[in-house]
Amino acid sequence: MSEQPGPPAEQPAPGEHAPAQGRKPRRRRVVLADPKGRGRVLRTIIELEEQTSVGEKLVRDLIRQQLRTAFVLGGGTLLAVALLPLLFYLVDLSEVQLFGVRLPWLLLGLVPFPLFYLVGLLSRRQAERHERDFVSMVDR
Amino acid sequence: MVQNLWSLSLVAVVAVVTFLLGYVGSRRANTTPDFLVARRAVPATRNAAAISGEYLSAASFLGVAGLILKDGVDALWYPIGFTAGYLAMMLFVAAPLRRSGAYTLPDFAEARLGSRKLRHFCTFFVVCIGVLYLVPQLQSAGLTLNTITGLPAWLGGVLVTLIVVANVLGGGMRAITLVQAFQYWGKLFAISAPTFVLFAVFLTGPGTSAQSVDAEGVLLFHEPVTVTTVDPVRLEVTSLTKLHVVGEVDGARADGPAYWGPDSGGAPKTYSVAKGTELRFTAGSPVPVVEGAPSANDVWLRPQTDGLGGLFETYSLIFATFLGTMGLPHVLVRFYTNPDGKAARRTALHVLYLLGLFYVFPTVLGVISRLYLPQLLVTGKTDAAVLLLPHTMLPGVLGQILGAVVAAGAFAAFLSTSSGLVVSVAGVVSTDILRGKVRDFRWATVLTGAVAIGLALLLPRSDASLTVAMSFALAASTFCPLLLLGIWWRGLTWVGAVAGLVVGGGLVILSQVVTAVSKATGDWAPALLAQPALVTVPIAFLTMIWISKLTGPSRPADVNQVLLRLHAPDRLGFMRDRGARFASGGARRAGEGQHRGAAGSGG
Repeated sequence: MSEQPGPPAEQPAPGEHAPAQGRKPRRRRVVLADPKGRGRVLRTIIELEEQTSVGEKLVRDLIRQQLRTAFVLGGGTLLAVALLPLLFYLVDLSEVQLFGVRLPWLLLGLVPFPLFYLVGLLSRRQAERHERDFVSMVDR
Repeated sequence: MVQNLWSLSLVAVVAVVTFLLGYVGSRRANTTPDFLVARRAVPATRNAAAISGEYLSAASFLGVAGLILKDGVDALWYPIGFTAGYLAMMLFVAAPLRRSGAYTLPDFAEARLGSRKLRHFCTFFVVCIGVLYLVPQLQSAGLTLNTITGLPAWLGGVLVTLIVVANVLGGGMRAITLVQAFQYWGKLFAISAPTFVLFAVFLTGPGTSAQSVDAEGVLLFHEPVTVTTVDPVRLEVTSLTKLHVVGEVDGARADGPAYWGPDSGGAPKTYSVAKGTELRFTAGSPVPVVEGAPSANDVWLRPQTDGLGGLFETYSLIFATFLGTMGLPHVLVRFYTNPDGKAARRTALHVLYLLGLFYVFPTVLGVISRLYLPQLLVTGKTDAAVLLLPHTMLPGVLGQILGAVVAAGAFAAFLSTSSGLVVSVAGVVSTDILRGKVRDFRWATVLTGAVAIGLALLLPRSDASLTVAMSFALAASTFCPLLLLGIWWRGLTWVGAVAGLVVGGGLVILSQVVTAVSKATGDWAPALLAQPALVTVPIAFLTMIWISKLTGPSRPADVNQVLLRLHAPDRLGFMRDRGARFASGGARRAGEGQHRGAAGSGG
């Protein structure tokens, strides 16, 4: 939860320039993008849009990266959860008790939910990092 | 009668609040995007509450506790799967799907693969899944109202249909977003408050609970109980039971004391009890249970006691729920209401903890109800456990109030889930079969409501969770492969997608028909057919891939542009909301202005 990925410094979002104090707001120019390097950004965007070989390669790499993360995290979680029925089938864990509750009840009733949330948190951070990398590459 | 008054008034409060919130939300809804996707301006936290509110249906609110009462620890796979589905959704689908700019699932299919024919196939399955999901909601609404107040069962379903249709007519998605978000918190309160109180009673209670289990671990009645069957049931008896029967057992008229027991060899024996038969048990006699549920406490407490068949069933359920969630039309349509792809991802993450938080409570209630409500195992109506428990454990005013709170929560569950389903089905019908104007949407809403309530009154009722599990299997075998391959694989063609939908969906429908026939004629079908996802999902995937490879040339020409739009970060501004089919240009322009990113497109 700690990380709040903001936009990179050289490209401020429009909302950030709103006057914070209660004073009468001054008229000001809203800068949507840094004029420096705008030509290059446009060129990369056009390359992406027209899907030149460079643009297509960029997108392919991004998709592959995102898919790999999703597969590793999702597959790992599925594997961890899906091993449980087999484990229960092979080994009788219900004699083991923790705080007076049988282990399978704890393993199925309580553990998966925080696990899913943590994996979700991790995947969100990863996915947003990949997207930031992609933007800064385009923005270079 | 006092009990009735409490419950009726709380249910009425829920109905009125729902209606008012819907009214507030619908005041400014007038364009098609308002009705279909709430103008795509729902913030992530509210959207997450709305998604959770809509998702926690009758199956979750009543069904999970009932299944735990009946099946024990193995039933915990339902809440796990229901939650994990959102993880899969978040990892693979949420952000790209939102960036597709589509309005409905068929709209996405057309945007990605450019085929009207595929669109029509998708429409068919959306309507199938939506109605299949809607019917148990309406039926459970009838059960709830009937259990709590004694009003006739059809009235509950009709009432829910009327409120939902009125709200959706007024403002579509825009109206129900607020309603559903409010109903999540309402439901959380309605299930957590009674759970805390009842759990405390259970821990400190005056000993009524402790005697229900004897030395051999057989479940016993701890007080005299009279059970009247509502439907015909087949009961399994494992130990000698003395009871008083008035009615019909095994096809013969019975009136007087009876001795039920296992075979001479000690094997469990099954008795068929006809509808409306009264069974009177004395305190301390063993509880006969409906066929298929474990009768010994030991089996109930242990996971995976059904051998390889049970193991297979568990895996199939995991498959269906993990992958089915991402194909549920009413869940997907809520993701289109996010402002952008990043918000869609955040919404899914919020949903993960909102659901995890909720599912603790039905689990606890299910466990407690095993001790206090064994008679539900005789009738098989375990879905009523959550509703009956407060009054059974606390016969005083407090129990009545808690019972009323639970009833109101259950009613909220039917309302919010039904609202979402009606909006998603009506959205698809109005944009695909009609012309997609606001008036068409309203007609589609009325049509959907009428068909659903008609089916709910005609079809026989079964466990809410099981019917829902079937719609998950259907969604997992049709839309899950379409979405995953469509989003991540360039090679998909529309012919391949159609083939996958037909094969996957067809197999699931076929297996359910066979299961229904086998149930009617003596249970000969294997467990595979009742819960087929483990087989049908891979088959659907393979079909889609194989046929797509065969029909490679019909791959859409703009696949690179489409994938770029799905995956490029929101700030680059490639996202375009599809709007060509809807005449309301104002919203379309607003949408485009909003999503043009900062980077350069302002020049």
